[in-house]
Order: sequence, then structure tokens, then C-alpha cells
Amino acid sequence: MQQYAPGDSVAYRVIGTSPARADAWEKVRGRPIYAGDFALPGMLHGAIVRSPYASARIARVDTSAARALAGVVAVLTHADVPRNEMRMELPGSMAEATAGAVLATQPVLAVDRVRFHGEPVVAIAAETPEIAAQAVELIAIDYEELPGVYDPVEALRPDAPHVHEGGNVLRRWHLRTGDVAEGFRRADVIVEHTYRTPFVDHAYLETETGIGWIDAEGVLVLRASTQVLEHFRDVADVLQLPHSRVRIEGAYLGGGFGGKEDVTVECLLGLLVWKTGRPTRLVFSREESFIGHGKRHPYVLRYRTGARRDGELVALEAELISDSGAYAALSPWVLFYSLVTATGPYRIPHVHVDAVTAYTNNPIASAYRTFGSIQTCIAYESQMDAVAAALGMDALELRERNFLRKGDAIATGQVLETEPMLAETMRRAWAALGPARAGDGPVRIARGLAASFTPYGRMCWTRDSASAWVGMELDGTAVVRCAAPDVGGGQTSSLCSITAEVLGLPLDRVVAVGRDSHFTPRAGTTTATRQLFMSGNAVLRAAEAVRRHLVDQAAELLEAGVDDVELAEGAAFVRGAPDRAVPHAAIVKAMSSSGRPMQALEKYDAPVAPTIDPLTGQGKPFNDYTFGTQAVEVEVDVETGGTRVSRLVACYDVGQAINRQSAEGQIEGGAIQGLGHAVLEEVALENGINRNPHLIDYKIPTTLDAPPVETILIESGNGLGPFGAKGIGEPAMTPTPAAVMNAVSRAIDRRVTALPITAERVLAMLAADDAPAVPSKERGRRIDGANEADAALGGAATGFRVEGPGATGSARS
Amino acid sequence: MIAIEFRLNGGARRIDAPAHWTVLDLLRDGLGLTGTKDGCGEGVCGACTVLLDGEPVRACLVLAARLSGRSVLTIEGVGADAPDPLQDAFATLGAAQCGFCTPGMILAARALLSVNPAPTEHDVREALAGNLCRCTGYVKIVEAALAAAQHVTPCASPRSS
Repeated sequence: MQQYAPGDSVAYRVIGTSPARADAWEKVRGRPIYAGDFALPGMLHGAIVRSPYASARIARVDTSAARALAGVVAVLTHADVPRNEMRMELPGSMAEATAGAVLATQPVLAVDRVRFHGEPVVAIAAETPEIAAQAVELIAIDYEELPGVYDPVEALRPDAPHVHEGGNVLRRWHLRTGDVAEGFRRADVIVEHTYRTPFVDHAYLETETGIGWIDAEGVLVLRASTQVLEHFRDVADVLQLPHSRVRIEGAYLGGGFGGKEDVTVECLLGLLVWKTGRPTRLVFSREESFIGHGKRHPYVLRYRTGARRDGELVALEAELISDSGAYAALSPWVLFYSLVTATGPYRIPHVHVDAVTAYTNNPIASAYRTFGSIQTCIAYESQMDAVAAALGMDALELRERNFLRKGDAIATGQVLETEPMLAETMRRAWAALGPARAGDGPVRIARGLAASFTPYGRMCWTRDSASAWVGMELDGTAVVRCAAPDVGGGQTSSLCSITAEVLGLPLDRVVAVGRDSHFTPRAGTTTATRQLFMSGNAVLRAAEAVRRHLVDQAAELLEAGVDDVELAEGAAFVRGAPDRAVPHAAIVKAMSSSGRPMQALEKYDAPVAPTIDPLTGQGKPFNDYTFGTQAVEVEVDVETGGTRVSRLVACYDVGQAINRQSAEGQIEGGAIQGLGHAVLEEVALENGINRNPHLIDYKIPTTLDAPPVETILIESGNGLGPFGAKGIGEPAMTPTPAAVMNAVSRAIDRRVTALPITAERVLAMLAADDAPAVPSKERGRRIDGANEADAALGGAATGFRVEGPGATGSARS
Repeated sequence: MIAIEFRLNGGARRIDAPAHWTVLDLLRDGLGLTGTKDGCGEGVCGACTVLLDGEPVRACLVLAARLSGRSVLTIEGVGADAPDPLQDAFATLGAAQCGFCTPGMILAARALLSVNPAPTEHDVREALAGNLCRCTGYVKIVEAALAAAQHVTPCASPRSS
């Protein structure tokens, strides 16, 4: 781990501490210049005309009145876009063998039909925002509504209207291991439920925004709020420019969560700047943000789980159907994450999972924190509680009996090389909830938990890499250059911590600058919980290289062996003789005089594995996973139906916290975002029309909805990131909705199978005689044989099917 | 255009502004003070919170013309003269992640501490309930506001700016 460290057991001085982030002081003063804060003299203001229909033919676009308006500089339609498509390709052998598109495209501006409410049709640039808004109103578009499809299950029917030529199946994936029929024959109990999740919005505080201009060299520059600087290529391809002629300067983001992973403003903004030749700003309104950007995919998850009477899981059969919305975006990959995580962190010998994502005329669905892992967690963790109840077994004991351990294989055949520590995360999270509280009157209090596993880093076959540069200045301070966008998770600051640790510098003598596709070494996207892992390792390597030069020079100055030189607090000294010391500034000056390198550019390549088998899902999909458990206490008022999460504990093995407050902050924020998903949030769609595109209607948690979050960090040192760190950004959110569902299920003695858990939903479940029941542990009866369980199969397509006898009652957990 | 005379962050200002401008337009576009953020433009998210005569208001909902003769405090005016305990606590305790809600949060918290220098956690949560944050889960924001309260001197009032 401490490759740079000359000693045997050097305690970290920076790593694992809780310093204020490098950007904290500027942020509390309101000083950072976000993409939408930047202005240039003479800049134009962009505006987008969007489709009010979810599925329609464009019969006529009349832009004449808008063009005639004084102050309007450009009115652009599809005919003005040099290559009017953004592309999503499945690489290599992934494109073969299974049904679905190999190349999916999305127009920058709609041509002759629109496929979702909010699809851009016309782009406008004007001298003022007011004129641009007025011009939007003057655009006359005749639409002829077309039949649409608004449900992925409907979309898969043969007679469904086609959203794109070639049908509505975008992509299928399959996971096969063992013999699932044999597995179910061995089962003493089989539990089957169907779970449904809604469209959910990222609802970051900063909407999509950017400003662009053309610099003196004729390079199109976009300063945009994006997680992906590499979108300069998409812009260049759309404008038919050389990639080298488009530059994206990444601003600090006002939140991303995956919603600024796809192209948002970039191509539209680039088009306006390129066509007008003038600086232009484009800011999406909150309503545009809601209707315009990709959401979390709604899923239908049919799960059938078989277990032996002693609790051993033996079989899982699952069908995952996701709603891709109107265009592909990242849906195939999101679905792939769901496939890999479908079993949960459990040993299951016989697994059969089919997954499909279908086009509809709903909003585009794409990346959102957890990237397909949250939907499967909702299903597999609900199933664990349901199986435990059916067996009359403690739900924690059932999990512990089946948790993955080091040396076990997940369902893709990948063997875990380090201990997941799942039982420890579960036991500690549960214990931290403290003494149980009794309900009062109509308020029932119950607890639930969910364990989880979430990949960090990209799929192994993508050959992910990141580069970084570290250099010394003559005064002994250090600069890090690394094109890693900071979405607010503290990415930049963590790179400073790593550098300070390695170079023996106080944190305030390291600065990380840039995030620019032209000027800083390419570090890849701030997505997939990969930045600490990837850029962190690249920075670690670069800093280690610089350290070697520093130590060589210091050894000369101190007349000591290089193995005896230590770096700390901005000076080199001889181990055991701290009075023999020389400050970094003097070392660097000597390096400068002697011609020693004062900087290093290094690249980190993630371990590579062959492409997985697309027919069976077998192979090594990801390099590593983050494991953790969240436990909650809920109060459910059975008279009003209201649910309040009163306690939340999250325990993860983070490998090694780099900045402790950042690691905690990620977990706290992820858990509360997950809480919103559980009890508040749903994009309200009516035949594809977004009925709540405002924060007043789309509720996210406030201070009064959010309970205090207790975070427990386990630091195994087992991660693949620098100093043994694992990624935590996405895993922080994965188990929250499932934990809340399990707690509410106990509180109301009904198995919650759909989100969000609104008061209406709770009351309906309490009122319905045939609501899916969850036999509580105290009342549950052991099933005496497989036949009884099998006999109950073949019931309704949704809801509770099999949990053995004794499925109703009123006992409280 | 209308002429508006008001006090901004302790100093007298006079500016001509279009009649339809909100305080948010005036601050960001007229005066280049971009620390006040536009999160929704509809008065829901709280990112544009500023103090108007010491009271927290949403700059996107108040017409600029209403400022005449009144006093506005924005994030640029907080801690300008002396270190501010809220800014100190927010920075050191990790209460700012993406930072977009931070200016509004600090001003809303400042308004609370000016009338309630020793708030309970519930007081803080009530006072900040109109300021949305999507990054932090509010844990460190509430901690920071409570920590700052311990260091607020009785004379530290938003009206003093």
C-alpha cells in the first residue's frame, strides 16, 4: 500500500483525516464561478423550443416571425446541424449475439418527429434572454400527434407502436449459472414478488448550463457544467469539426449525480456559438431541466427466490424490464449493472436472469447514481426479508447465512479476492439503531435494513485509464493537473490530499488546477464511482515519481542514503535525526540547478479482463465492488398513511477514507437522496407528459424530511484505489430505498413492492384485503415441504405469491 | 428603467434597472454578484436567499424596485470585514459539497442566529427547511449551523452590515 513510504509503518498524516476541502473556503464565500456565472462581453443568450407532445409528427416549422424579431441573431433547426445525430455504440463483440441496437442515435434537433415531451426542436440565440424567450413564443410548429407507448411492458408487445424503426427492444442481457430448475427443486420455500420503481429525477440545485466562445486559434470552447469533458468529441462530431478544434473547460458543478453524464447543453450550445460566431450562454430553466434530461429508469422486476429450510439460498429466477424512454442514452449499460447485481451480495448457485430495456415515448432514462444497482437492490433485499418471513427465520441471520465471502464467486463467475465484510457492515448498522422504540396510537414504529453491493470503476473490458501530472514549484509547493470534473464530491480535494501525503507537504501547499480537455491530462469521466480509483491512482503515481526525485536530491543535500530520507511537513529529514533537515523549497531549488525533473506525467490503467459472454453474462465484469448496509427506523401513521424515516445508519467498507468528511458526506448525501427515492419522489407522467416539472411538485427531501444519518466507516485497505480506497459515491445510495421498504413492510404487515411509499399507497395497501402480505417473524410458520410452496405458484402476475401458510395477521415486528 | 437606491452589503448603491427585474436579476446581471444562485426561479429551492433588512427572502420572487431605501445582505457581504462563524463552520465541517446551495443556506442560518443565538437542532432544521440541498443530506449543514451558534456574539446581527 504505502509504496512511497521508506519506513515500515508510517502513519498517514493527511490521508484519513478530515481537513476542509480545498474549495470549501471559496464556496462558503459564494466565489466559485460556476458555468452559469460566467459572462463575456457581447454574449448572446440561447433558448430552446421543445416539443409539448410525447409522440408526434412535425408537419411544419415556421420560424419567420421569430427571425423577424429585432435582436434575434439565430434561429436554427435540424437543417442547420452539420451531422444531426449523437451516437451510442456498443463496442466489439458486445454488439453481437443478443437482440437490440448496435448503433443508437439521437438527433440534436428533431427532424420530422418528436419522441418525448421536451425534445429540442429549434435553437435560438438572441441579444437578451427576454428577446430569446419572446422568439420561442413566435416559433410556429404544426404537430400531428402519433400513437405512443408509455410503458415498457406494453412496448414489448408485438402490436405496440414503434418508437424507432426496428422495434422497441433496445437491448437484452442474460445471466446464467447452474441449473435453475434443479435449484427450485431443491428449495423448501419459493418466494415470488414483482417490484416496480418510478422515473426519478436528479434534481441537482444547478440546472444544465454553459457558455461558449471561439478563441483566437479558431477553437470552439465550451465552459459547461458537465461530468464528462470528453463530450468535446460529441460536439466536434455534430459540427463536423476536428476533435482538436473543440475544447471543454469544466467548471465546478452544482451537482451531477449522473444527470450531467450525457450531453446536456453541449451540442446545442456549440451549434449556437459556431453558427453565430459570438459568445453565447445557454441556461436550462428548472422546467427544461425536468423535461429535458435523462432520469433514473423505471423497472419492473419479477423475482422468484428459492431457499432451503435452513436458510440456504438455492435459486434465483428474475426478469428485469427497464424503460429506456425515447432514446438509448446509457440504458444498455445501466441494464448491464442491474444484471450483474441482480443476485445481491449472496451466494446463489442456480441463477437465471433475463433483462431487457425497451424504448417508450417517456422521458429519456439514463445514468443516475447507482446506475441500475438501486433497482435490483430494491428487489433482492425485499426478497431476503420475504424469504426470512416465509421461513420463520431472522432476516439478519438469513443474510449472514448467504453473504458472499472472500473466495466466493458472484453469479458471473467472478471470484471475490478480498473479504466483503458484509456481515460486519450489517451487524454494526443494525446495532447502531439503538434500543427499539414503541409506537404510539396510530403510529407504528419498525426497522428494516438492506445490504448491498455496487461496482466502482468501469467495466473491465473498457480498458479504462486516467492520467495526471504533478509538479513542484520553486518555493516548494506542488501543483496537480488532472482533468477530473468535481461534481461536489470533493474529487479535486482528494487529489490534493493524495499528493500532500506522498510529497510530505502540508495540504495547503498543494493545489489541483484545471479540469480542461485541452490543458490538463485526460482523466476520464466523473461517473461510475471511478474518479478516486482512477485519477487517484494516476495522481498517486505521478506524486510518487516526483517524490523519488525529491528524495534523491534531498539525500545528496543531507548526505544520507535515500532509504533514510523521510518527507514530512514540507521538509526532508534523516530518519532518527530530525535536526538534519532541509525544506522542500531548498530541495526544489537544488533540483532546478542540477537539472533533475521537477514534475511527472503518469497514467493509470485499470486491470483489464475479456468481454463477458453476452449470452450467459459469465466473466469478470468489474474490477471491484463496494459493500455496505443501511438500517432505518420508520414511523408509519396508519391513519394518515404518512411515513417518516426517523433514524438512518449506514455502514460501509470504504477501504480507506482519503478525506474522512468527504467520505461521510458522500454517504450522508447518498442516503438522503435514497430516502427521497423511497418516500417522496416520482416523475408524474401522463401518457409521456411530465406533470410535475417543478420543485414545488417534485418533492425532494428537506431538512425536516431528513433524519440524522450516522455513518460507520470500515477501512479494510482492500480497495483498488490509492491507499486501498474503494469508491463510495454511488454505493452510498444503493440500499436506502430497500431498507425503507423493508421497514415499512414490517410496520404495516404488507410487503411494499412499489415506490415511492406515499401516504396514498400505504393507505391503499392497508385497505386492500388482497394486498401482498408479509408474515412477520413472530407469526411466521415454517413451511413443511416444497410441494406446498410449489402448489401456490402460478398466482397473480404481481404481488405476493408464495410464502407458505399464515400469511395474514396483525402481529407487530 | 427605474432608479433604485438601496444599501448593499453595507454600502450605498444607486442603479438603473429594468422595471421587470427581480432582485436576483439585479444582483447577478446588473451588479455581477453571482454568489447568489438561481436554482429554480420559482421561489422553491432557496438558493437565491438574501437578507432584506435582516429577513431572509428569495431574491427571485422580489422585484428589484422593492429595494428602494432598504438594506440587502448577500453572501459577498458576509465575512467581508471579520471572519464569519457560519462560513468558518460550513467550511471546516464539510457542509459545502457542490456549493450551489451554500450561499443561501448561510444567509438563512444567519437570519436564524440573529434572532435565536442558541438554537436547538430542531430550530435549525425548521429555519433551513426552505433551502434545498441535494448533496449533503443536511447532516453537516445542521452541524455547522449549531457549531456556529456557539461562536456568534450577541452583536452579530444581519442588520449590522
